[in-house]
Amino acid sequence: MSTLSSSATTAGPRPAAGARPRFSPGKAVAWIYVVVVLVVTIFPFYWILRTAFSNNVALPTDPSSLLPVDFTVGAFKRALGLASTAEAQSQGGSGASLDTALYLRNSIVYATVQTALVVFFSAMAAYAFSRLRWKGRDAVFTVLLCALMVPGILTLLPNFVLVRNLGLMDSFAGLILPGALFSAFNVFFLRQFMLGLSTEIEEAAIVDGASRMRIFFKITLPMTAAPIATLSLLTFINTWNDYFWPLLVTNGEHARPLTLALGVFKQSSPQAAPDWAGLMAATLIAALPMLVLFMVFGRRIVNSIGFTGLK
Amino acid sequence: MALSARTAPPGLKAVRGPLGRRSQRPGAVATHRRGDAKLAWLLITPAVVGFLVFFAYPTVRGLYFSFTTFHILTPAKWVGLANFRELIHDSVFWHSLGVTAYFVAVSVVLGVLFSLITAVVLHRLTNSTVIRGLIILPFLISGVVAALVWQWMLDPQLGIISALIEKVTGQHLLFFGDSHWAVPSLAAISIWKSMGYNAVLIFAGLQTIPPTVYEAGRLDGASEMQMFRRLTVPLLRPILVMVVILTVIGSFQVFDIVQVTTKGGPANASNVLQMYIYEKAFGELDFGYASTMSLALFVMLIAITFTQMRLARANESDLS
Repeated sequence: MSTLSSSATTAGPRPAAGARPRFSPGKAVAWIYVVVVLVVTIFPFYWILRTAFSNNVALPTDPSSLLPVDFTVGAFKRALGLASTAEAQSQGGSGASLDTALYLRNSIVYATVQTALVVFFSAMAAYAFSRLRWKGRDAVFTVLLCALMVPGILTLLPNFVLVRNLGLMDSFAGLILPGALFSAFNVFFLRQFMLGLSTEIEEAAIVDGASRMRIFFKITLPMTAAPIATLSLLTFINTWNDYFWPLLVTNGEHARPLTLALGVFKQSSPQAAPDWAGLMAATLIAALPMLVLFMVFGRRIVNSIGFTGLK
Repeated sequence: MALSARTAPPGLKAVRGPLGRRSQRPGAVATHRRGDAKLAWLLITPAVVGFLVFFAYPTVRGLYFSFTTFHILTPAKWVGLANFRELIHDSVFWHSLGVTAYFVAVSVVLGVLFSLITAVVLHRLTNSTVIRGLIILPFLISGVVAALVWQWMLDPQLGIISALIEKVTGQHLLFFGDSHWAVPSLAAISIWKSMGYNAVLIFAGLQTIPPTVYEAGRLDGASEMQMFRRLTVPLLRPILVMVVILTVIGSFQVFDIVQVTTKGGPANASNVLQMYIYEKAFGELDFGYASTMSLALFVMLIAITFTQMRLARANESDLS
């Protein structure tokens, strides 16, 4: 470890690469470390892929084969409910089916609606807290920020009781509502950004007779597009991957998201010979939207994580 | 970085913007302010309603529940400190706390260490966003997906890692089925999932350290190791403290990977607090006692966070 960090310190502070030898043992060790980290990071993803394209019955014949065992797309058919029961069982699927397509739809509704609402409402609040002058502004803001201190666990059970009393169990409303109106982090993050916007365009618009509402929609929101995109991405990822809240609120398939359905499916499948291929195929389908987001917005995600940490 | 440079410090008194200019025209201020207040309340209505209904009210209600017997189907009944007395004598609770502390310790120490090494190595070697993007991949997928694939790779019969370990060491490990290995296996998943994210946070912190600091250090004859210990680590302190606090808070509330893999077993060996609370509330429908434990967990989290911030003096930055 000491070799690593010391060699690492050598190269960095002076980016003038020409002055340094191109190769040094320390650097080689550091690169090996990076490669190992990358392999450990990525291998499980490859393993999902490899297993999903395998025949579950054939898996035990060659457990450490790096390629799919007896290549087939049967697992995906099973995961999407396209295989007949006989066909599924012949490939080692259990009779129990996981209606991936329906759960996928639920996940999309849940994550999309939640993200759109909470980011929009947060932007509205952030505008009021940064660009408008009104009595009690800082006091209200301070009170709202208290929510940052309260961890989920303290509000989860009472919120469950509340949603249950409201008769919203097993519905999208019950799933989405608690997180759709307010996010302390989002309001704080957007307010910080809006505080830094120049006031001149806004003042010119006021002189031209534009209403505050118009200014918010036509000037401030577009100028805040970048942080709003960042927050939307992070919120979408978090909601898509959320497990505990959907576990409490949904008990049927009406609104249950895919992430949760996967966990439940795994627990209900027989201990003796689980359908690993089918499970990995469903896992891949659950992770796919995140991987697509990553391909499209990878750079933005990386940079935004840096941002959120630096405040 | 551009963001943090442009925005005001988080202090609530930072009042900039329209006011400064408009205060020169007192007449205009008055009319605009009146309209502003109305609009402002309109704009914050959703947020305030969300805060009151789904944060403030549940928090107060959770406090209340912890002093009651409450079995969801019948109304809560006040029992004073009975739940707290039960808590003190509940050996499963203390065992859970121990399991959680073990999990947190492994996740934080190894997780932050790996993240720091990875961030420093990457910062010195390459500026490639692609590599930083790749190591962040596990952060994007859910705990359930991570737990499932690791459980599959660690499967005692067919898992690739089990097969590998058996080939190299000749040992047949049960991982999630072994009471000694359950918690380390869970911690491994958690570290795998968060390492890249933390490394990118630390990396961003490294980028804010001006190279001149190192040049000065070099002029003073400091060795590379000395510069790492005396310059890099202290300058990174605020961000390291944040990463540690986030990891502690996150791992204290670990649930999904446990629920999917071991469900707290074997024989309570991985029964973390959140798992136990969930079991009490939804297995035994004992909401009162579950709320008491949530409250205890909350108090512990607050205490730990404040202690850490104190110890590390996180609010001071050595850079300014």
